[in-house]
Amino acid sequence: MSEYYLNLIESLTSRFGNAITGSSVHFGEANIVVDKAQLQQVATALRDEAEFKFEELIDLSGVDYSEYGDGIWQGPRFAVAYHLISIKHNHRLRVKVFADDEMPVVDSVVNIWSSANWYEREAFDLFGIVFDGHPDLRRILTDYGFIGHPFRKDFPLTGHVEMRYDPEKRRVIYQPVTIEPRVNQVRVVRDDHRYTGRMPEES
Amino acid sequence: MSEIRNYTLNFGPQHPAAHGVLRLVLEMDGEVIERADPHVGLLHRGTEKLAESKPFNQSLPYMDRLDYVSMMCNEHGYVLALEKMLGVEVPIRAQYIRVMFDEITRILNHMMWLGTHALDIGAMTVFLYCFREREDLMDMYEAVSGARMHAAYYRAGGVYRDLPDQMPQYELSKWKNEKDVKRLNENRRGSLLDFIEDFTNRFPGYVDDYETLLTDNRIWKQRTVGIGVVSPERAKQLGFTGAMLRGSGVEWDLRKKQPYEVYDRVKFDIPVGVNGDCYDRYLVRVEELRQSNRIIKQCIDWLRKNPGPVMLDDHKFTPPPREEMKGNMESLIHHFKLFTEGYTLPAGEAYAAVEHPKGEFGIYLVTDGANKPYRLKIRAPGFVHLSAMNEMASGHMLADVVAIIGSMDVVFGEIDR
Repeated sequence: MSEYYLNLIESLTSRFGNAITGSSVHFGEANIVVDKAQLQQVATALRDEAEFKFEELIDLSGVDYSEYGDGIWQGPRFAVAYHLISIKHNHRLRVKVFADDEMPVVDSVVNIWSSANWYEREAFDLFGIVFDGHPDLRRILTDYGFIGHPFRKDFPLTGHVEMRYDPEKRRVIYQPVTIEPRVNQVRVVRDDHRYTGRMPEES
Repeated sequence: MSEIRNYTLNFGPQHPAAHGVLRLVLEMDGEVIERADPHVGLLHRGTEKLAESKPFNQSLPYMDRLDYVSMMCNEHGYVLALEKMLGVEVPIRAQYIRVMFDEITRILNHMMWLGTHALDIGAMTVFLYCFREREDLMDMYEAVSGARMHAAYYRAGGVYRDLPDQMPQYELSKWKNEKDVKRLNENRRGSLLDFIEDFTNRFPGYVDDYETLLTDNRIWKQRTVGIGVVSPERAKQLGFTGAMLRGSGVEWDLRKKQPYEVYDRVKFDIPVGVNGDCYDRYLVRVEELRQSNRIIKQCIDWLRKNPGPVMLDDHKFTPPPREEMKGNMESLIHHFKLFTEGYTLPAGEAYAAVEHPKGEFGIYLVTDGANKPYRLKIRAPGFVHLSAMNEMASGHMLADVVAIIGSMDVVFGEIDR
């Protein structure tokens, strides 16, 4: 499978040239990083051109890289990962687009794959990534009137507010969280000798 | 002439036909839907964020609670992602057990779907029959994992333990007399495999019963034929997978196209619909019941003949046996390290998907070499299917919305995550 995907990556890089800023095959999966400004053209071509034919957008996911590898991350803070699948050729591809801090804006792909609609709303809700050209960019998973973007790494796991019934006011109220944030099991990074020599095959 | 205005109707989140906590805001023109706007997230628990705070193994039980009617398939997606990154292959017997329980889970899921879908449209009997069969399937879960629903049975590196040699028995009680107990224990005398085999022998007859009740039923057809039609092109555009995609006539099944575990060694067919309406999706799923039954039978045959390990022997990520732990220093250390710290995965990202009863269930895992995931994204099939609600329901009557929700087979545990 790796062989096949290396070939695919090769034809992708020759087709799109400098629109692809990075590519690799890792764990038997093809990854490309696409320049943010050219996402629309690349995505349209990926869907329509006979060689690629990625008819379905299977998944769209936001990623916040701000704490990646305990601060070794140098690139832009946010990324959007698109998982594409081709029913015709039976192959998959992961496309990544990076967006910078504070006001991450990425072009919407709803006009290319309709399934992006809710996925982009979700990524907006959870990460605050704005999708330019989305027809209806509302929050989707969090509560009505929620403040913040919960899946960002600087958002605490316990959240900021909690909800309870106030018997005096006789209604449900919000109050600051009373739970102490705690770490049951610490995060550790180990150099595992078993994993050396299994790095991505750059092409 | 009086002025006619559209009005907005709030459907759910407490409506029994909303299959959980779906709130649907419908804009109606008389009885016709103009626009359907599902509001989801009422069951949002932040599973993905929670998983980021725990070692890999501890997130496994969360997977059960995603789509809480097809528990083991969710686990399967997760352990496949872990195994892909660990770069290990599980023992063949574990693969067969996984395939068998995936198919048991598929029946379990489709029974739930068929029962509630029929109940929504007005057929009470099917619901009762389906839940009778679910009882047996849950007993299989219980026998193998100790839990009737949230099994946590699949582990990275295999399955938690081998199939038991005996089934739990019913005992005399205030509620069950000797005759009842004898009848209930009738098919529980042998091993779990005997019990499952007994079920697979009975099951095709049950499916015939459901089909007698529904397939040619005039009311059933009136309610489902031509409702919520999705063309193959639109189905792909909308990101459909699983029975929703096959119902629209696209032959696509990960078990065949991108086989994982031993799906390339068992024989089964993929049913495909023609019209892409609720009725075709019903037919596809009912045929899947029969095919699942067929796969289970093949797995039983293989499992009877081939004993062997069900878990990898690499104690860097699988727990050592209890006896060894008590007598062997190294095992003790492995046990301690595994349960206090867990294991690390190589830095990188991977996506693993299984053919879940509802569609493609995928896990996108980003790690930075730590013992916890950096980002875990769950690709829930129901989420995408429900996002097509507006397109599928527009122009239909209010009562058809119920049929469409039913044929989507939505469960909010996975949609809201």
